[in-house]
Amino acid sequence: MTEILRAAATDLAAAIAAGELSSVEVTRAHLDRIAEVDDRVHAFLHVDTEGALAQAAAVDADRAAGKELGPLAGVPLALKDVLTQRGVPTTAGSKMLEGYLPPYDATVVSRLREAGIVILGKTNMDEFAMGSSTENSAYGPTHNPWDLDRTPGGSGGGSAAALAAFEAPLAIGTDTGGSIRQPAAVTGTVGVKPTYGGVSRYGLIALASSLDQVGPCARNVLDAALLHRVIAGHDPRDSTSAAAAVPDVVGAARHGDVRGMRIGVIRELGGEGYLPAVEQAFHDTVELLSAQGAEVVEVSCPSFDHALSAYYLILPAEASSNLSRFDAMRYGLRVGDDGEHSAEQVMNATRGAGFGAEVKRRIMIGTYALSAGYYDAYYGTAQKVRTLIIRDFDAAFEQVDVLVSPTTPTTAFRLGERVDDPLAMYKYDLCTLPTNLAGNAAGSFPVGLADGLPIGFQVIAPPLADERIYRVGAVLERELRAQWGGPLLDRVPALNGKQEQR
Amino acid sequence: MALSVEDVARLSDLARIDLSPQELEHLAPQLEVILEAVARVSELDTEGVEPTSHPLPLRNVFRPDVVQPSLTNAEALAMAPVAEDERFRVPRILGEEQ
Repeated sequence: MTEILRAAATDLAAAIAAGELSSVEVTRAHLDRIAEVDDRVHAFLHVDTEGALAQAAAVDADRAAGKELGPLAGVPLALKDVLTQRGVPTTAGSKMLEGYLPPYDATVVSRLREAGIVILGKTNMDEFAMGSSTENSAYGPTHNPWDLDRTPGGSGGGSAAALAAFEAPLAIGTDTGGSIRQPAAVTGTVGVKPTYGGVSRYGLIALASSLDQVGPCARNVLDAALLHRVIAGHDPRDSTSAAAAVPDVVGAARHGDVRGMRIGVIRELGGEGYLPAVEQAFHDTVELLSAQGAEVVEVSCPSFDHALSAYYLILPAEASSNLSRFDAMRYGLRVGDDGEHSAEQVMNATRGAGFGAEVKRRIMIGTYALSAGYYDAYYGTAQKVRTLIIRDFDAAFEQVDVLVSPTTPTTAFRLGERVDDPLAMYKYDLCTLPTNLAGNAAGSFPVGLADGLPIGFQVIAPPLADERIYRVGAVLERELRAQWGGPLLDRVPALNGKQEQR
Repeated sequence: MALSVEDVARLSDLARIDLSPQELEHLAPQLEVILEAVARVSELDTEGVEPTSHPLPLRNVFRPDVVQPSLTNAEALAMAPVAEDERFRVPRILGEEQ
């Protein structure tokens, strides 16, 4: 049982393909684990027990019939509640969509099904992915398995916590300013934001369409790469989907090698506001890569100092436009429809009742930035700063193959610590959001602990060079596991009150 | 910039969100702090810099003009707050004076 829960997705799939385990057995073990610990973690908003067991039984039947199975077939996965799954409650963490059952599958969900991956349920998130701690969920926060009094990051805290709590070996996240990487960092897991356009956004409930990207979350680098390959690739249903071939992320994850690789340390992402232990772990990791044959240089991206400001204009502007679809007319919440009030009054009342505080703040900021008289000074200028940030990346990538930084300035913070200080919350994404503005690929890998809390290391690659992230990640995983005597997650405290066996 | 409660009320109207007086009081100083922080974008010299609205060079995409399966009426209406005669039923759209 414990062995199934701690196993890599790759090994589970191999055991299922060899007939040593059935997918139903593996799925049941994870459903039991969720039943046992999720009252404390709250990673899931909905557990689809019946659907998961039916998917698992179908994989087992395919195997019995002698069909060829994919490399992740039969393995369970936790799906962020921002992707539509036909007939399964999908809320995006909002009261606005309470009880909503989508009539169609997101393309990512269709691809997971085709690969034989078993979807266990939908994971908790900040409402409409607006937040950095999962505390903005309308359904209550998720707790970090490393310390239940702390947040698992956000917005995809549910997916990351499900991995760290051994409730699922694989998960799907979405990343608009760091919502895959930042939760991965503070839960000791692996998370990758593919190049913008690398994974279809069809069926993704949009936050900021020029920034949003779906990506893989896992407990090791190869599992993440295999999941990346399953979900990536061109989709005619998403007009921003890249027509390019999927980078060889699996090959890179299998053959981690940084010899001769040029690695750039971003000068602007460090210093004041960064926890000394995070900086120390970062420098030790850079040393390790250098010892493994990488050539390390320092690079400067001066416009990054203004990335946060540009991001918190562009994102709210796009969000205020995207979220206008929640108008109480065709689906979702409707309040105050008493036959007296007009459609507009019902709309305003519904949006007042259905949106949480952070969503309201961002819609209002976006409305302000786009309003007549302020457009040029705010949104227009932010778009120009976005160009300067892209130029910084372009100049840096002329000198180096990948860029690196800490994933987050500090380790996981306490629940409640930043809830009423929006700016402090926003600053948590300082290192991750420049990538979204530029559309680059980036990933976070666990590189150590500070006072028992995980620290993440971010690797950034140019657009469509996602495989470089996995090359670096695979080296880090191999070398650090050798130092630690096993995965970092071996040290996560037990959640069930009993001593868990390794 | 100072953001008054009246300014926030006007914004909430533009954003189509009803806010209680308590929410307006709470939001005004928070929005002011955020707006002050994001106004830092104007510190950089962006003279002559082209704006970027999207990370990819996009062109409009069309699919072949062929009939494809889509949602049935029942599926499309299944999540409607109120449906009637195979249509979405919405509150009145005209004001009383009209």
